[in-house]
Amino acid sequence: MKAQNVTREIMTGNEAVATGVKLARVKFISAYPITPQTAIVEKLAEMVANNKINAKFIEVESEHSAMASTMTSEMTGIRSFTASSSHGVLYMHEMLHWVAGSRLPVLMAVVNRAIGPPWNIWADQTDSITQRDTGWMQVYCESNQEAMDSILLGYKVAENKNVMLPIMSMQDAFTLSHTSEPVIIRDESDAYDYIGDLNLPFSIDLKNPLGYGSLMPPDGPFMELKKDMRDSMYRAIEVVKEETKKFNEKFNADFPGLIENFMMEDADYALITMGSMSSTGKYTVRKLREKGMKVGLIRILFYRPFPAEEILKSIKGLKGLGVLDRSITFGQRGAVYEDVVTSLYNKTDIPIKNYVIGLGGRDIRVKDYEKMYEGLMEGEDSMEWINVGGK
Amino acid sequence: MPTSIPKQELMMSGHAACAGCGAVLAMRYVLKALGEKTVVSVPASCWAVIPGNYPAEVLKVPMVYTPFAATGASISGIREGLDIEGKEDYNVVGFAGDGGTADIGLQALSAAMERGHNVFYIMYDNEAYMNTGIQRSGSTPFGAWTTTTPIGKDRTFKKEKKKVVADIMMAQGVPYVATASVAFPEDLIRKVKNAKEIKGPKFIQILSPCPPGWYHNSEDTIKVSRLAVETRVFPLYEYMNGKFNLYKTNKFVPVEEYLKIQGRFAHLKEDEIKEIQNFVNERWEILLKKEGN
Amino acid sequence: MVMTPTAYYPTTNIKTSSWRTSKPVIDYSKCTRCMICWKFCPDVAIDINENPDYEAPADRIKKMEAPFIDYDHCKGCGICANECPFDAIEMVREGEDK
Repeated sequence: MKAQNVTREIMTGNEAVATGVKLARVKFISAYPITPQTAIVEKLAEMVANNKINAKFIEVESEHSAMASTMTSEMTGIRSFTASSSHGVLYMHEMLHWVAGSRLPVLMAVVNRAIGPPWNIWADQTDSITQRDTGWMQVYCESNQEAMDSILLGYKVAENKNVMLPIMSMQDAFTLSHTSEPVIIRDESDAYDYIGDLNLPFSIDLKNPLGYGSLMPPDGPFMELKKDMRDSMYRAIEVVKEETKKFNEKFNADFPGLIENFMMEDADYALITMGSMSSTGKYTVRKLREKGMKVGLIRILFYRPFPAEEILKSIKGLKGLGVLDRSITFGQRGAVYEDVVTSLYNKTDIPIKNYVIGLGGRDIRVKDYEKMYEGLMEGEDSMEWINVGGK
Repeated sequence: MPTSIPKQELMMSGHAACAGCGAVLAMRYVLKALGEKTVVSVPASCWAVIPGNYPAEVLKVPMVYTPFAATGASISGIREGLDIEGKEDYNVVGFAGDGGTADIGLQALSAAMERGHNVFYIMYDNEAYMNTGIQRSGSTPFGAWTTTTPIGKDRTFKKEKKKVVADIMMAQGVPYVATASVAFPEDLIRKVKNAKEIKGPKFIQILSPCPPGWYHNSEDTIKVSRLAVETRVFPLYEYMNGKFNLYKTNKFVPVEEYLKIQGRFAHLKEDEIKEIQNFVNERWEILLKKEGN
Repeated sequence: MVMTPTAYYPTTNIKTSSWRTSKPVIDYSKCTRCMICWKFCPDVAIDINENPDYEAPADRIKKMEAPFIDYDHCKGCGICANECPFDAIEMVREGEDK
């Protein structure tokens, strides 16, 4: 077995993302600072300045321009990266649609932070959740290890010839971005072996001078293009499964894939979570199991494409299910809840509850999880806000 | 007889521009100056629809279409990406209208110029949001009718003076800034070629008359563009390597000659025309002083 | 492979001749081959004929490369007729050919 140059370091989520960008051999980085993403950009600027990464780094004047320049750089055939958070992600909303529609496998790291007013810099997934309709794939990380690994895996999935859609990788503000954890830094040459170089079939080429994104009337293939985006997004489900397997084999890792089932084999009640709040959930599951309660937790990693089949398999035998939304959207119910319920429509009789929790960085505690699990035993499907108004 | 401008055409016929459009002339001349190793980025603008419907393309070089505000950032990304691939000899051109430059695109333009990328930014100035049907922009001149500055009963034509983006670029210290007119293609092409010698950001504002928006006959496009220079309404200048050079006309042509062939100024009264003449004279003095004369 | 919004179909295949109501007609007996019409055509609808066999105002001009109108793409804007210093181009209403 070849000696692997693998090190284990204590690092924050932001540093882990920057290290992931380095391992992925990104060649162009364009970003605009916003708390709490700033350290990613600073770390990358430092790496570029010290020749630790062979990339061009530009600091642009707005997030809209960050995404525009990342997009056109990717169009020339260069693996490109940007990062943002909260209002920055909202500012580039128009460009997110344009990048996905252009079928460019850009990767963006998003540090999940609340949307104002009022100004709030703490963990809340509203920023990326409200971008779920842009055609970008979405993966939510629970640990700094996942924050790093999702960069390598993310590019690999996005650049797959049958996918060709951009992907955003989320980590919660401060809980992951600024908290240090031990992280295994994958071997550099193994990483290059795994990811290779970007090979864009329609990159800017003088010998083949194309128009990129011209005017299309109703009888042009507009609907076909959009359908192809959707089809490609859902083809990505198999690609994520394959790549997860290959990634775990290559790096001796245990990246869960589309979802993670925690103590679900004989569970009666389960909660569906996303992001770092899942760790508290798992702790509570263990605690409640000691008391004899048969509970489990399903953690969604890939929110787009939505892993409907995997969730359907996981909920077999449950008596009650709850879905946590750490975001505020104004549909009938929370965003993740709506996706879960749509996937399970006509396929289950289990009552499914919706919990809204942790907005604006409000702490998600063990006793909140205990309350949520107890709530599932009441057997109804209401929407409940946890730890709001002093309750 | 040898032609006074390069023969090579990098723009084709069959496009969907209006008859007599100044913006296509601007593109035609710019590409003649730059040659085929060029990548063009175009935001939402007349130029985004001039090539016609998908899959039609009118240029013999790659053309990237972007959302409205993105031109400055788009050319930055194209430039860096090409440079990383060792294609530093490719020209990267942002080709945007006055709306996409003076208004919604100003932020990205100013930043791209400040970052110093080796790119061209060409602003084709038809003095309003023409693609969406003649609405006023920051570049619309005083006195002009537009759909959002209609005459109405209170004579609410545009009362604000034209914001000249080229002046802003000079104030920012962009290494090459020039104004040009489609009536003087030899000069325009010479300017683009001068700019090409500079490795850094370059800005050229080209006055591009618009027959439907300016309400002039399609055959008068060149005449209008020439008169704009001769009446000093649109002075031609070149700012290169810190030196400012104003092209001086040798005879005085009253502003009325320029205004009277355009329907968008038809409502102007004598005192308003005098006001415009005063604005023109004032600006001319300022530019002369800038040159040190 | 995925579908992308990229394309390339040269616009020369699209005839914009139906746009016009008048067309320019060059009187080669007056045309000095100055090429100003070619220079100012927004539609690239004036081509250069390098071996022309047209009339000319003088013998020495006969062999010079000459402009000719591409009637498939001319939109009849009239710039060429308006700018010609020698009045060698006339705009003739479509359907009223002499």
